[in-house]
Amino acid sequence: MSAVSLGKDLIGLEHLTPEQIQLVLDTAEPFKEVSERQIKKVPTLRGKTIVNLFYEASTRTRISFEFAEKRLSADTVNIAASGSSIVKGENLVDTARNLEAMRIDMVVIRHPSSGAPGFLADRIPSNVVNGGDGKHEHPTQALLDILTIRDNLKTISGLKVCICGDVLHSRVARSNIWGLLALGAEVGVCGPKSLMPYGLEELGVRFFPRPEEAIEWADVLNILRLQLERMNAGFIPSLREYNRVFGITNARLERAPKDILVLHPGPMNRGVEIDSDVADGPHSVILDQVTNGIAVRMAVLYLLAGGKPDLAEGAKG
Amino acid sequence: MNKKVLLKGGHVIDPANNIDGDQDVLISNGVVQAVGPGLDADGAEVIDVTGKVVAPGLIDIHVHFREPGFEESETVATGAMAAVAGGFTTVCPMPNTDPVTDNQAAVGFIVKQARDAGLARVLPIAAISLGQKGEKLTEFGEVIGAGAVAVSDDGKPVVSSHLMRTALEYAQTFDIPVVNHCEDPTLAEGGSMHEGLVSSRLGLKGIPSAAESIMVARDVLLAELTGGHIHLCHMSTKESIDIIRQAKARGVNVTAEVTPHHLVLQDAKCEGYDTNSKMNPPLRTDVDVQACVDALVDGTIDVVATDHAPHHYELKEREFENAPFGIVGLETALGLCISQLVDTKLLTLSDLISKMSHLPAKVFGIPGGDLAVGNPADVVVFDANEKWEVDPDSFRSKSKNTPFAGWELKGRVHRTMVAGRTVFELGVS
Amino acid sequence: MSQTHNETVLSGPEIQQKIDEMAAAVYTLAGEPKELVLVGIQRRGVPLAERLSNVLKEKGVAVELGALDITLYRDDLETVGPRPVIGETRIPGELAGKYVVIVDDVLYTGRTIRAALDELTDFGRPDKIALCVLVDRGGRELPIQADVTGATVSVDVNSRVDVFLDEIDGKDAVELSRGWRE
Repeated sequence: MSAVSLGKDLIGLEHLTPEQIQLVLDTAEPFKEVSERQIKKVPTLRGKTIVNLFYEASTRTRISFEFAEKRLSADTVNIAASGSSIVKGENLVDTARNLEAMRIDMVVIRHPSSGAPGFLADRIPSNVVNGGDGKHEHPTQALLDILTIRDNLKTISGLKVCICGDVLHSRVARSNIWGLLALGAEVGVCGPKSLMPYGLEELGVRFFPRPEEAIEWADVLNILRLQLERMNAGFIPSLREYNRVFGITNARLERAPKDILVLHPGPMNRGVEIDSDVADGPHSVILDQVTNGIAVRMAVLYLLAGGKPDLAEGAKG
Repeated sequence: MNKKVLLKGGHVIDPANNIDGDQDVLISNGVVQAVGPGLDADGAEVIDVTGKVVAPGLIDIHVHFREPGFEESETVATGAMAAVAGGFTTVCPMPNTDPVTDNQAAVGFIVKQARDAGLARVLPIAAISLGQKGEKLTEFGEVIGAGAVAVSDDGKPVVSSHLMRTALEYAQTFDIPVVNHCEDPTLAEGGSMHEGLVSSRLGLKGIPSAAESIMVARDVLLAELTGGHIHLCHMSTKESIDIIRQAKARGVNVTAEVTPHHLVLQDAKCEGYDTNSKMNPPLRTDVDVQACVDALVDGTIDVVATDHAPHHYELKEREFENAPFGIVGLETALGLCISQLVDTKLLTLSDLISKMSHLPAKVFGIPGGDLAVGNPADVVVFDANEKWEVDPDSFRSKSKNTPFAGWELKGRVHRTMVAGRTVFELGVS
Repeated sequence: MSQTHNETVLSGPEIQQKIDEMAAAVYTLAGEPKELVLVGIQRRGVPLAERLSNVLKEKGVAVELGALDITLYRDDLETVGPRPVIGETRIPGELAGKYVVIVDDVLYTGRTIRAALDELTDFGRPDKIALCVLVDRGGRELPIQADVTGATVSVDVNSRVDVFLDEIDGKDAVELSRGWRE
């Protein structure tokens, strides 16, 4: 039996060991099969209450978590920022105390402020899963990205993965960087310098100013969604120009020296950061990512729930 | 009534008068009557200060006392209590209160609150612009008349170069410094810590060093243009310091301050989203900290000022981005500076005292900062070698937001006197 | 310090002999030839099921093979940490109308079989489910009994029965360790 565990919470990948990341990926494998059953449900988390606390609008992450929770038989409650008094005008400490008073077991939190999930995790005994915080981390997204890459290319170590687009504002990018580096991949980033965070090279990440160079180098492209409001904030001149200079198009991919795997965490802006013929083309594994998302989240919930090691002695078959 | 007190057996450090030796201080009627070895008690109450340093009371030209408007965080009275507990006898609170301290009545209110508290001398700084809006000048003459000693929009920068130029020109009539919080808002907007590798990792928007140094450069040029006295708050970057050094060499009328925390801490302290390490300007890099220390040592930066910024615990118990900037500083300043500057032989104790009392008085043109005979007896008695552990719960300040909890510091205040009256004594509440 | 004492309950050849006998018993139990599905419980039930199926196939009996990991149906997950690694679950096609034999190495408390029954019924409704184990060591906590048993050993709670199979452990043996706890 493996002695590796995830601990109480999943806040990010930066501080996880390669073994812990491996554990989640390996645990996700059997969960893929559960979603293929006729009755897509196992009783593992029966009686557990999970709160999905979403301070930011999210469709796919919330739905993916909800499917994962329901397929593990947990009871779930969704709290969204819009239209809920528990969130509006109440600070996070008070929300945490309220949730605790309701005797919940786990919280999945999405929050616009970097660090909010860790802040919550430090203050409640329930397990906390980061569903994306500010520009910090989105660990389950990166795990499902990495699982999808592993499914297709059978390895992570030694692969060249380039993250394209608005890395500056991207929690997906940060989590991917940590996870991929931990598992021995080479990581690059590509996009306008105005959308790159300070000092990435110091982390061992290569910077490609133009997509042609990234495509020349990479085995995998993970194309980030370009938040349309970035244009108004002056980071880029226009979406049209962004597509022309940085968009991933078939014309650009055709010149790749090898087969390239294309990922996108969604939702896509077709015709901006990715062209439709790429998104729907043979390189794309975007829908595999969605399927894997549920398995990865089931694995994370399974690994975090319960599991009091001091009682392990009592386990017997 | 002629009350006399003799501080006997101490080591007097009075940099302004070149005194640094074992001497006694005789205080009569609230003023210094004599300083010298083996003074006769002559009916005075004798306070044995053997083994301790007797120095002019410290002066902090940059504090926030939050009254009126944010009394849950601090009041003039609690701020003054924190000041004397930290060895400060004169403090200058900034005008970013609610309402803003931008008129004579508002200045008068703070003066009155301070008088009622009867602890430290509180000399307010009035706003440069009405409501700190950066548009129209306040009535400098009226606010000075009511007791203000300088003008500043601190908390915010003066964005308009025209307004800054005008303030520097107009202030010359009253011979007061114009004090600026240097920060280009278009570069700093939305930032919550220093822009660097740590901010990249934590996913927090950074405030680049250039946000400060750009405005430092502008202010220096405007001071040069107008001949006015610009005083630059809480310098934090190497680039700013280089600009000041060059300006001083050209004879520009510029002075500058640095906080104890910018002499000690780096941006890595924000790891774990510790809101008690969130301040503005933000904690920067090793290179910047070293530059600040060097600049204080060589005089490019004139003085230490705490930027004492109390916040009620609930305000700091938040997500990093949503927590306010600032930390309390009055009660840890002396210990930090002795530990980090004197103990490491970067500064003599006399030089440090000078940069925390005599020079601040000189920079702002306010009384105090020396023990000359005939001057009010504002005195701090401290043990320069005593070690103590920072316990925020023991702070006199209403707020406990410090990143130094649990630190062992060297140099502990035992007694603070304002006009000969003991306003703080260690162990006596 | 515990005094451990190991003794061999079944040797390699004895195990193979038991498997032959179990295969025959499974065949007899099936009665009317139905579609037979052997479902091995992860981990050592899986190679056991495979061996049983090989014996049956030699006799010309058609057998389908499956594997079941019951971790997600355990009733003691709360107390287990770190989390057990989950093995593969593979059920061949529809179970409705079939004769399913659950195969495991050791039958002890019965809780694993309880979980396996719950999980199997989530996959469909077989005509009949039977249980076949290599070793029954007693100590049941639930009303569950095997239909086919290779060997029975009577041991107390302080003893442990370990089954080793070549496919997983590199050897075939059933060993008994007494006094492994205190």
